[in-house]
Amino acid sequence: MEFPKEFLFTEDHEYAKIDGDIAVIGVSEYAQEQLGDITYVELPQTGTKFSKGDSLGVIEAVKAASDIYSPVSGEIIEVNSDLEGNPELINSDCYGKGWIVKLRLSNKEELSGLMNSEDYKSHVE
Amino acid sequence: MAEKLIFEISREGKRSFTMPCWEDCSKIDLDEKHLRKEKIGLAEVSEPEIVRHYVNMSTLNHHVDKGFYPLGSCTMKYNPKINEYMAALDGFTQIHPYQPEETIQGVLKIYHDLADMLCKISGFSKVSLQPVAGAHGEWTGLKVIRAYHESKGNPRKKIIIPDTAHGTNPASIVMAGYDVVELKSNSKGLVDIDDLEAKFDEDTAAFMITNPNTIGLFEQNVKKIAEIVHSKGGLLYMDGANFNALLGIVRPADLGFDVMHYNLHKTFSTPHGGGGPGAGPIGVVEELEKFLPVPDVAEKDGKFHLDYDKPESIGKVHSFYGNFLVIVRAYVYMKILGSDGLHNVSENAIINANYVKKMLEDTFDLPYKQNCMHEVVFSGENLSKFGIKTLDIAKRLLDFGIHAPTIYFPLLVHEAMMIEPTETESKDTLDRFISVMKQIAEEAKNDPDILKNAPTTTPVRRLDEVLAVKNLNVRYLQK
Repeated sequence: MEFPKEFLFTEDHEYAKIDGDIAVIGVSEYAQEQLGDITYVELPQTGTKFSKGDSLGVIEAVKAASDIYSPVSGEIIEVNSDLEGNPELINSDCYGKGWIVKLRLSNKEELSGLMNSEDYKSHVE
Repeated sequence: MAEKLIFEISREGKRSFTMPCWEDCSKIDLDEKHLRKEKIGLAEVSEPEIVRHYVNMSTLNHHVDKGFYPLGSCTMKYNPKINEYMAALDGFTQIHPYQPEETIQGVLKIYHDLADMLCKISGFSKVSLQPVAGAHGEWTGLKVIRAYHESKGNPRKKIIIPDTAHGTNPASIVMAGYDVVELKSNSKGLVDIDDLEAKFDEDTAAFMITNPNTIGLFEQNVKKIAEIVHSKGGLLYMDGANFNALLGIVRPADLGFDVMHYNLHKTFSTPHGGGGPGAGPIGVVEELEKFLPVPDVAEKDGKFHLDYDKPESIGKVHSFYGNFLVIVRAYVYMKILGSDGLHNVSENAIINANYVKKMLEDTFDLPYKQNCMHEVVFSGENLSKFGIKTLDIAKRLLDFGIHAPTIYFPLLVHEAMMIEPTETESKDTLDRFISVMKQIAEEAKNDPDILKNAPTTTPVRRLDEVLAVKNLNVRYLQK
C-alpha cells in the first residue's frame, strides 16, 4: 500500500497535498480499499467555505456511503469534475486522477495537526 | 437467467381467463374519451404458465420458510402461519375504510388493544399505529419531537446520533428538517457520555439511539444519557429496531426514553416489507400524546370510534389508519405468546446469539468481547491474509443454503459480519450454521479460490453490483 511522502493525512483517511496556500484534497489508498467499488461522489460548489472537520461531500460505494471531512479550513477553488462520470478514478488512482477538491487554505497553522505519511502509515497498521 | 421474464414467455392472444358475456357486450356505451388508446402492455400467458412462472420464481429466492436467515439488525424471525390464517378471515378482509364505525367494532377493538399491549410492554403512555414502516415511524416520531419544541417556542436545529446508527436515522432526521450531528462510539462500542455532554446544547432537539445498539450491545448508561438530554430541554428517541432483545425485560420508557418506534416485522412477527405493507407504530410519554397523528381509536361507553379531535396533532401520516392486516398479525402474535411468552422470545434471542458468539469466537475476530444481546458482530479480518474478504464468506454461505449475515455494517467494524439468529432457530440449526462457518474458515486457509468463486449453486452467481448502482435499468419494455 502506498503512503506518498509529500501528502498529509487525517485520522479519517483524507489526505491534503499542499502547494503554497492551495491544498489538493482526496482520500487515501487505505480509505478507497475499505470503501470498495465507488459508484458516486457528491462534490461541493466552487466558492463554498468549509471549516476543518466539516463534511465537504459524500462518497458512495457499493458497501456504504461516507462523508468526506475537510482536513483543513478554506474555500473551494476547484472540484474534480471527472469524478462525476468516473467515480472509480478514486479506486484506481486516489493520489492522482482521483483527487476530489482543491481548496485555498484560510489557516495554515492547521497543517501541524495533520499526520505525515509515516505517522499515517502506523495509524493504519 | 434460470427463469425467463413473464414478458419473454408472453405470446399474443394467450389468455388465462375469459369472462363470458352475460349480455351483448357491444351494447356497453362508453364515451370515446374513456377508451384506452394504447395497448395495455401486460404479458399474455395461459393460467398454467403464469402459475408455474411464479412458483418457480419463489423457489429461486431464499426466504425464512426455506432456510436459516441470520441477517443481523433485520431480525428475520419466522412468521407463524396462524398469523396469516387470522389475517385472512373475512371479517378482516371484506371491510371498507369508509364503513360506519358501528359495523367494525371488532376491527377498532384490535387497533385499540394492540396499542394498549404495545404501551404495556414499552412503558409509554400512548401508541399510534398509523406509520407504515420503521423509517416512517422514525420520521413521525421526529415530527412529534419538532411539534413539541415548536410548542415551547423554538423547534431547535439539530439531532445527535451515534456512529452505529441505522442508515435510516440520518435520513429521517433530514426529512424532519434537522441537521445530523454524529457522535463517535467509545472503545467499548457504546455512547461516549462525555462527548454527548459536550455536544448536546440548547439547539439540539433530541438524541436518537438504538438499544441494544447495532453492535448488539446494551447501552448501559441510558439513565445518565437521559439526564444529560433532559437537562438541556431535549428529548430522547429510541429506535426500536432491536426491541426483540428487551421484551418483558426492560421497558424503554422506564429508562427515560420519550419516543420510540416499533418495527412490528422485527419484533412481532409480521412479514418483512420488501416494499410491501408494513407497520412502524410509535409510542410516546404523556407529555407528547397530544402531538400524535390523527385519528386515534378511542373508547367511550364500551364503544370504539375514530377520534380526530386533537388540535395539536401533527395530522395524518398515512391514508386511513395505517396497514390494518399487519396490525392483525402482530396482535395475534402477542395474544398467543402472552407476557411470559414474549419474555421468553427475548431471552432465547439473546441466548442464541451468545451461543453463536461463543462457538465462533476462535474462528473469526471478535472486536467487542463482552456478552452480546440478540446479535453478535464478528470481523472477517483474520482471513484477509489469505486474500479473503467478508464478502467472499457471505457468498460462500449461499452455497450451503444459508442466507448471508449482514456484512460491512456497522461501519465502525472493519469487514463486519453481523449475525442475528433470532429466537425461532433450534440448537440443531445453529450447530449446522456454526459448522458451516468453521468449514468456510478452513477453506479460506487451504483453498481460498473456493470462496472467491462462490456461489456456484445459486440461480445466479456474483452480480455486477457497481454496474447495477451506476446504470440501474429495471425496465424490460423499452419505449
